[in-house]
Amino acid sequence: MGEKKLMKGNEALAEAMIRAGCDAYFGYPITPQSEVLEYLSREATQRTGMVLIQAESEVAAINMIYGAAGCGKRVMTTSSSPGISLMQEGLSYIASAELPCLLANINRGGPGLGTIQPAQGDYFQSVKGGGHGDYHLLVLAPNSVQETVDFVKLGFELAEKYRTPVMILSDGAIGQMMEKVELFPQMERVADRGYPWQTTGKPINGERRYITSLHIQPEKMEEINRRLQAKYKKMQEEEVRYQATLIDDAEYILTAFGLVSRICMKTVQLGRAKGIKLGMIRPQTLFPFPTKQFAEIAPKIKGILDVEMNSGQMVEDVRLAVEGKTRVEFYGRMGGVIPTPDEILEHFEKTFL
Amino acid sequence: MSQEVLEQTNINTTEENICIRENLVYERPSTLIDIEMHYCPGCGHSTVHKILMEVVQELGIQNETIGVAPVGCSVFAYHYLDVDMQQAAHGRACAVATGIKRVLPDKYVFTYQGDGDLAAIGTAETIHAANRGENILIIFINNGIYGMTSGQMAPTTIPGMVTTTSPYGRDVVTQGHPLKIGELMALLPGVCYITRQAVNTAANVRKCKKALKNAFEYQKRKLGLSMVEIVSNCPSNWKMTPVESNKYVENTMIPFYPLGDIKVPEVK
Repeated sequence: MGEKKLMKGNEALAEAMIRAGCDAYFGYPITPQSEVLEYLSREATQRTGMVLIQAESEVAAINMIYGAAGCGKRVMTTSSSPGISLMQEGLSYIASAELPCLLANINRGGPGLGTIQPAQGDYFQSVKGGGHGDYHLLVLAPNSVQETVDFVKLGFELAEKYRTPVMILSDGAIGQMMEKVELFPQMERVADRGYPWQTTGKPINGERRYITSLHIQPEKMEEINRRLQAKYKKMQEEEVRYQATLIDDAEYILTAFGLVSRICMKTVQLGRAKGIKLGMIRPQTLFPFPTKQFAEIAPKIKGILDVEMNSGQMVEDVRLAVEGKTRVEFYGRMGGVIPTPDEILEHFEKTFL
Repeated sequence: MSQEVLEQTNINTTEENICIRENLVYERPSTLIDIEMHYCPGCGHSTVHKILMEVVQELGIQNETIGVAPVGCSVFAYHYLDVDMQQAAHGRACAVATGIKRVLPDKYVFTYQGDGDLAAIGTAETIHAANRGENILIIFINNGIYGMTSGQMAPTTIPGMVTTTSPYGRDVVTQGHPLKIGELMALLPGVCYITRQAVNTAANVRKCKKALKNAFEYQKRKLGLSMVEIVSNCPSNWKMTPVESNKYVENTMIPFYPLGDIKVPEVK
């Protein structure tokens, strides 16, 4: 059993980062995730000697990540929606150069400067690439403080396994709320991961390494693209994570990710109490998406209600997955408004019953 | 040297004689990869690459040096410089170098950037790396023009200079003034060494090489950020022959960007 604590989401995220043996964090303050940088400033360097820089911008931060990740180090950054937008160019380079790194988006309402309240409007940006070119991030969507902590450890492992940027897509509510959390023990920082590609100085008896995303020859660039796509296919086969609740006898499925999935759990209970056979599927990985799982259940049910705190983004992936084999409807609130369990049930009854 | 000149200097250029090690007057540094460069004839980049790698060889730091290539004509620097390298997004070389240096504080880290990369799109990253006193070396190639994108106005284009986006000459009223970023950075306490050099003459090449060597030595002593600005040419986009372009450096560029040390470390 690990150490148990009552912690705020953002602070637990920072604590998990330290415990995961992270070598460097580069970030910039933005509400509602500034506690990450503040917590690290108090704790990180003193405890593990990890590098910490409050960068001049998110643009600089993500490029510091590129540099340090290129040296084979375990690195992370965090931000919230507008800041994540600024990082997109760097993420495209990181994905193309195949550098492992972890980032967290504590999603707030948009578009524009928007609001500091929690939202899920960055789903498309997170799972469809976000920056220029054909690439994906591996996206993990926690719905609790505990899962945020667990996903930090998992996120680093997946980033290093696939040499890819991994994003934890959280939101302002999970970042700000306090919950009981069980922490994993402190892991040692690894002095030298010994990756053959890391730029740590040309080996005395080896070839020099270079990290780049520039391949002028189209055939070479296509080859790089094929390699990336093969990697994403492997993720699709091996890394899909989801949680299914009461689906065996379900006639209708609610689906949601992150914060809203917890609200929908209550809706399932309320529905069941009224004799409605509701079940629930919660994708924990948004890319790769549990496409197969939705495809399998679609012919057995009467419909799916997808609930999100946006105008309907994940619902597109649900519809692609079920290929018209069941009815898919959407309910959402935007701009930082959080729906209630009753409100969702009422919408469900009005739509399906 | 032409055959005529060689004859005048009484050098025996027979094939047998020229291969004798004692007669060697020049060789490619082993740290420079033996491959054809993509640079235009007469461009200063190849000269700077060569002296940079000579310094790396002479200091014996090839295995401890990590370079950062920019976006610009020198984007492919990693094809030529036989050290570990990373290619950075446009303008972000100093941020990338910061990431490298902070996790590998005992290695030598340099960026190699042009004027657009360093002083336009990358100004924030440059100034803040300097202000944090990152122990890195910036090699700044200032030729007053965007070379890779074929000749647009740069932040360092001098007043009146013709480029494809200042076809009537740079008009400072509507297009702003050339940015003397070296002088600007010299004000920052995190910066230990700023010098402006050139590679248009043999004498200047030698001075520039010395400046690069100084900068690596300061980095070893962790004195802060160094920048070696090199006033260079762009024969292709200046639409000049290499010889004319070197004359333009001498007669027009250097008077605006005077050579010499702008800031030197207080503790030598």
